[in-house]
Amino acid sequence: MSTHTLSVLVENSPGVLARVAGLFSRRAYNIDSLAVGPTENPDISRMTIVINVESHSLEQVIRQLDKLVNVIHIAELKLSDSVQAELLLVKISATSKNRFDVDAVLDTYGAAIVDEDADSMTIEATGDAAKISDLLNALERFGIRELAQSGLVAIERGSGSLADRTLSTQSIPTADSGQADYQN
Amino acid sequence: MSRKMSGASSLVQSLESAGVDVMFGIPGGAILPAYDPIFDSSIRHILVRHEQGAGHAATGYAQVTGRVGVCIATSGPGATNLVTPLADAAMDSVPLVAITGQVPSAAIGTDAFQEADIRGITMPFTKHNYLITDPNDIPRAIAEAFYIAGTGRPGPVLVDIAKDALQKETDFVWPSQLSLPGYHPQLEPENQAIKDAAALIAQSSKPVLYVGGGVIKANASKELMQLAELVGAPVVTTLMALGSFPDSHPQHFGMPGMHGTVGAVTALQKADLLITLGARFDDRVTGKLSTFAVNAKVIHADIDPAEIGKNRFADVPVVGDLKHTISALIPAIKAEFAKGRADLAPWLASMNKLRATYPLGYDAPKDGSLSPQYVIERISALTGPEAIYVAGVGQHQMWAAQFVKYENPRTWLNSGGLGTMGYAVPAAMGAKVGAPDATVWAIDGDGCFQMTNQELVTCALNNIPIKVAIINNESLGMVRQWQTLFYEGRYSNTNLESKRVPDFVKLADAMGCVGLTCDRPEDVDAIIKKANAINDQPVVVDFRVFRDAMVWPMVAAGTSNDDIKIAREMAPDWDSQEL
Ligand SMILES: Cc1ncc(C[n+]2csc(CCOP(=O)(O)OP(=O)(O)O)c2C)c(N)n1
Ligand SMILES: [Mg+2]
Repeated sequence: MSTHTLSVLVENSPGVLARVAGLFSRRAYNIDSLAVGPTENPDISRMTIVINVESHSLEQVIRQLDKLVNVIHIAELKLSDSVQAELLLVKISATSKNRFDVDAVLDTYGAAIVDEDADSMTIEATGDAAKISDLLNALERFGIRELAQSGLVAIERGSGSLADRTLSTQSIPTADSGQADYQN
Repeated sequence: MSRKMSGASSLVQSLESAGVDVMFGIPGGAILPAYDPIFDSSIRHILVRHEQGAGHAATGYAQVTGRVGVCIATSGPGATNLVTPLADAAMDSVPLVAITGQVPSAAIGTDAFQEADIRGITMPFTKHNYLITDPNDIPRAIAEAFYIAGTGRPGPVLVDIAKDALQKETDFVWPSQLSLPGYHPQLEPENQAIKDAAALIAQSSKPVLYVGGGVIKANASKELMQLAELVGAPVVTTLMALGSFPDSHPQHFGMPGMHGTVGAVTALQKADLLITLGARFDDRVTGKLSTFAVNAKVIHADIDPAEIGKNRFADVPVVGDLKHTISALIPAIKAEFAKGRADLAPWLASMNKLRATYPLGYDAPKDGSLSPQYVIERISALTGPEAIYVAGVGQHQMWAAQFVKYENPRTWLNSGGLGTMGYAVPAAMGAKVGAPDATVWAIDGDGCFQMTNQELVTCALNNIPIKVAIINNESLGMVRQWQTLFYEGRYSNTNLESKRVPDFVKLADAMGCVGLTCDRPEDVDAIIKKANAINDQPVVVDFRVFRDAMVWPMVAAGTSNDDIKIAREMAPDWDSQEL
């Protein structure tokens, strides 16, 4: 069983999330995380899907996904050639007394306090899964009250763009799609 | 060119522009606006008695013509009644477009009267689907639906249209171009794959052509014949492929799988190479997967890349339309053969001997009652291979697969993937509409018939004279067979008592059909001839057959194909075979 990050460009159309989620569920593929958001092109959204492939090969997952008409392009992003990040918002028990200790942790991880009151503070951090989990471990001793974490998002390193490469799509003349053309 | 009209008229114009000549459906509130322009349309609308019938009829039509079948229903219950035929069409890769009315867009999500999220419900088993709330989107959605349904690996597409989108005024503009950035079926196989496949074929001394329904979808029977005769290997045709290669051909070994011939099952098991064409290694073919054809390399040619490697690793994957793929393979193989090829003689000798030793057969019932296999054999013999045969699901389906002689593609229709009881009568209706000059025999079970026989009313009223042979064993026979074999003959809820109730002859008569009955072997031919002579009315023949007949051979579910039985507790005599 191993973890893979897929960057999936989908048409920005209603129901596309349900189609993807439904596919994973009915074919019994495990999703670790899924994040959806806009891209530089308003007609296209990007889903970043982290999957754990067990008996099904990664290739099979990709091919099934690719069959969805709204899925335009799928790329596997390897850790080595992509930048990957999650967003963490965590509320810890902290007061002015241990503020100094908290600050030391936050400095180490480049995290920031985004809200605070007398006995709690909310911290925001971004980073890859390992960094986020280390930060959480470091904050544990202050008492974690609540946390919210996003799915992973990832982008290829270098100047290339998935969308550039995939959007040069040809149109299909409807004459080729007419009923009569399927006749034997 | 654009014209102002209602969304409903735009829908009907779109269907006409897509080339639709017939559709099957039932109106209701949400789809009602569309039925007004349908009234004036050149498209023939056949008013069915149940939406499930509309869906299977569209499937039958599509299966015999190769065109996209069309069904239409209202929102809520009308739409949910299409669920079974859509799932059926998805499993058997049938090109369908289903149009459903939806509640007005402002009411969507409010649990309005007759609201059902049919787009959500059908997502898992449509190739694609749409919910249209803007009338301007109707022509594009219809054009895309037909294109998606009919190209690549065919499948069902549903277009759900909100009532207000049908009522509002719109400009009808038939799109001249479609843009589907995520949909590009690959038709042409890669050169390297063809070369690799040809090389494997030349090296193989025990090849088998494992042929699936894809060959029929691709209209590639002629190409298949050339390939088969070039390679000289045994050909097995799956349940979905019957007719793609003539039964009478000396290389034909019959159907593989759970109720396949000993020859076909064993040829696959012992092969060193499976030349897989448009088949998908379904569990009913492979038996226990880990023991399936363990010594075989696999060439897997299919238009759907997701089928390749799904169940069985492919040594040589070939993605493409089978007509193109087979046409490309033939010269490549000739080139390889020119350099030399393995000797097939020992393989063919042993397989031919095996086939001759274990032909399909059955014992006549000892009590002198009617044998179901005999009835089916006679229907085939007296009607011939130009007719279209449509089965339900159960024992009669397997006997129809085994004992009808198929010579031509698109003459055998059945629900292979989903196994939908109730398929036969409506699918036969659709088949007859698509091929009005052909004789269409539904070979149905007494159980299946009672699920959808109301479409005979549709047939009677619309001049669709199909013939139905009810193989009446007064049971859910296939289930009963499993109870005989695996549940110590405890026949829980499989007795239908259908030799007592209903009276199928009266039922046929009540539905405007000719009803006939037959329970003696000596009457079978005369009754079939009588039924074949009636062409102005549907005919139903109640063949009252031996109840305890069983389907053999059989590979029990989940077991290895090596454990095939030719009769109860009877395995082929492997020791006397040199394999
Ligand atoms: C809709 C549906 N319900 C249940 C089944 C399970 N099933 C498979 S075969 C069968 C019996 C069919 O009986 P009949 O039509 O009389 O055919 P026979 O096997 O007797 O030839 C049943 C209940 C099914 N395939 N489809
Ligand atoms: Mg029965």
